[in-house]
Amino acid sequence: MAAMSMVQALNNAMDLALEKSPRTLIMGEDVGFFGGVFRCTEGLQQKYGAHRVIDTPIAEGGIVGVAIGMGVNGLRPIVEIQFADYFYPAMDQIVSELARLRYRSGGEFWAPLTIRMPCGGGIYGGQTHSQSPEALFAHVCGLKTVIPSTPYDAKGLLLASIDDDNPLIFLEPKRIYNGVFDGDRDKAATGWDQHPAGEVPENYYTLPIGKANIVRQGNDTTLITYGTMVHVAAAAVEKAGLDVEIIDIRTIVPLDIDTLTGSVQKTGRCVILHEATRTSGFGAEISAQIQEQCFWHLQAPIERVTGWDTPYPHLFEWDYFPGQSRVIQALQRVLEAG
Amino acid sequence: MHHNRPETRIHIPQSPTRPGDKPDFSHIKIPPVEAGRRPAIDTPAHEMDDLAFGLVRVLDDQHQACGEWKPHIAAQKLRDGLRYMLQVRLFDDHMFRLQRQGSLTFYLKCAGEEAVAVAAAQALRSGDMLFPTYRQQGLLVARGLPMVDMMCECLSNTHDMNKGRQLPVLYSWAEGGFFTISGNLGTQVPQAVGWAMAAAYKNNDDIAATWIGDGSTAEGDFHYALTFASVYKAPVIINVVNNQWAISTFQAVAGGENSTFASRGHGFGIPGLRVDGNDFLAVYAATQWAAERARAQAGPTVIELYTYRAEGHSTSDDPSKYRPSHDYDAWPLGDPVERLKQHLIGLGEWSEAQHESLIEKIRSDVSAAYAEAEQYGTLDKGPRLSLSTMFEDVYKDMPDHLQKQLKQAQEG
Ligand SMILES: Cc1ncc(C[n+]2csc(CCOP(=O)(O)OP(=O)(O)O)c2C)c(N)n1
Ligand SMILES: [Mg+2]
Repeated sequence: MAAMSMVQALNNAMDLALEKSPRTLIMGEDVGFFGGVFRCTEGLQQKYGAHRVIDTPIAEGGIVGVAIGMGVNGLRPIVEIQFADYFYPAMDQIVSELARLRYRSGGEFWAPLTIRMPCGGGIYGGQTHSQSPEALFAHVCGLKTVIPSTPYDAKGLLLASIDDDNPLIFLEPKRIYNGVFDGDRDKAATGWDQHPAGEVPENYYTLPIGKANIVRQGNDTTLITYGTMVHVAAAAVEKAGLDVEIIDIRTIVPLDIDTLTGSVQKTGRCVILHEATRTSGFGAEISAQIQEQCFWHLQAPIERVTGWDTPYPHLFEWDYFPGQSRVIQALQRVLEAG
Repeated sequence: MHHNRPETRIHIPQSPTRPGDKPDFSHIKIPPVEAGRRPAIDTPAHEMDDLAFGLVRVLDDQHQACGEWKPHIAAQKLRDGLRYMLQVRLFDDHMFRLQRQGSLTFYLKCAGEEAVAVAAAQALRSGDMLFPTYRQQGLLVARGLPMVDMMCECLSNTHDMNKGRQLPVLYSWAEGGFFTISGNLGTQVPQAVGWAMAAAYKNNDDIAATWIGDGSTAEGDFHYALTFASVYKAPVIINVVNNQWAISTFQAVAGGENSTFASRGHGFGIPGLRVDGNDFLAVYAATQWAAERARAQAGPTVIELYTYRAEGHSTSDDPSKYRPSHDYDAWPLGDPVERLKQHLIGLGEWSEAQHESLIEKIRSDVSAAYAEAEQYGTLDKGPRLSLSTMFEDVYKDMPDHLQKQLKQAQEG
């Protein structure tokens, strides 16, 4: 075991993946010599060679298209998109191609890509360094979408993703790359070495894709979330002193609905928290499925706490970010209802 | 890691120098000024192919203007150019320091590339539309946007033209013919082509000019733009600013190893000029030539501005991790400010003393502008835009669901 930040855990996972198979390679903008703008691939080119950790031209559509071709020809590319806000030029390759190769060719062709991208705000990055596009991917059948909230999960889920023969989108909440952020911007972020899930085994291990994690047991209401918001949720619940069950879904698709419904059937109440915009955000899907399966157990309407339906603003970052106070208010409303 | 591993056949471009190495630009061939030819603007494109592989130059090693590309510019206009470039540089220095002190969330300089924007702005007409990237702040300065307005954008304050929505340096200035800067690379290039097509459609002779970095030419948008510009002979100038770097990757990663960026249009029949981007007069002359071509309905031009990113990519970057230090001192094409200054001194139109006092004057103007900008608020102090601005302009009129969200946000 070693104390690792999320960046270090991801780096360690990719190191092990490159070591495990010469068919695995990394490609992306600035990932090679430099080691990535967030340092996730630091040292890997030096260790494995410039042909295994490839600095690519700035062309996301090109990167994904080329990686698909490599995947079809027996390689296992790990693609880094520098910011989730910049995957859009690759949308056609991801949606029309990557996600459907297997289906349209009757299983003849497929490409086992893992596409990593940092997501989320809270770094004063403005509208082009802050987006949370998970719902866009969730709407595309054929893709799996994963989002870890701790270094331990990040490593295990990334190794599982790389191993998976399906194409995967691996979203990395950049606000918690280097420390735990609980939504209180006036408080100094705490290092991952202060957090139990900052202890990461150095050996190879995987965590199951499609399995949620109950991060806090509780009886009065279920709070469903993922990514950075897991830590905002935990701090909010702590502060309000409520008996809340917090579930980190960890995988957007396939969604571990059984764990969610099991909890809501117990608590009878549910709040969903995410940073992405509200309308057609992934919370809408979670809410619909819970309503379908837990209607007779619900004692209050399901609430969603989300980013507003605007682009991520620079000045009003903290009014946009669904922080602790909005979470507490929603929990209280849900607890008082019915 | 300077060499490919023997177990692979894939070619991976390798930077000739890395941290710890001595900067080495010996591979760069600089043709003499006299070698440059300036064809008539109606010359068929394929008869000008050589221009995409040469280097348009005007200032020789003694800082004298010569050769066919030598433009006719009044001394006063040159002094203005020098003043704008100095203003950009000192403004950048000031804002960079403020970011380091915590007053700004981000900043990005254009050090070493001032001529690319300033000379182009001076060669274009005020009705011509500009579609820049984040590194052409010189366009704003040369077109007269007050520094305080630029600072207000960087501070997201009550006078910010973007109403607090964008990162510092992503300016927008409709009145000045300056299109809103995108954070997403390359998108502006087809848009510039479309703007130019609309000008032609409306039968007026305004043109569009756009800028894109060497690295970003890899984006599909750049290639769409070349196709449309070629098919419709759009009156547009497509400037590729080859500052040799795209964050940590050197220009070969964008395909600069195999051909020049100026030649990118050749397959479409678009002529390309490769220009010394640190030679103010050469940038001016090349822009003027391409603008004349566009206005005469002779079609688009690609201009590669050969220059060097003298400093880090932005305040988020650390170039010592991927390139030699003091590399800019070794750049064989010198510094654009210094070269224009020496040229003017040679003409007897400028002096060291005037230069020093101009620097003093600009420094105090920059400080005064910042003192004023701060009065309109900063990210965490002083006056602040109203919360409703977060919800405005998502649509022309605020729909019901956003009005409700605004109310919720106001209630906290
Ligand atoms: C679509 C997209 N992909 C990636 C980025 C991240 N990014 C910002 S600047 C940059 C480098 C651009 O280099 P270049 O085009 O040479 O311009 P320069 O910064 O040198 O002026 C990158 C990769 C982005 N902003 N947009
Ligand atoms: Mg560049």
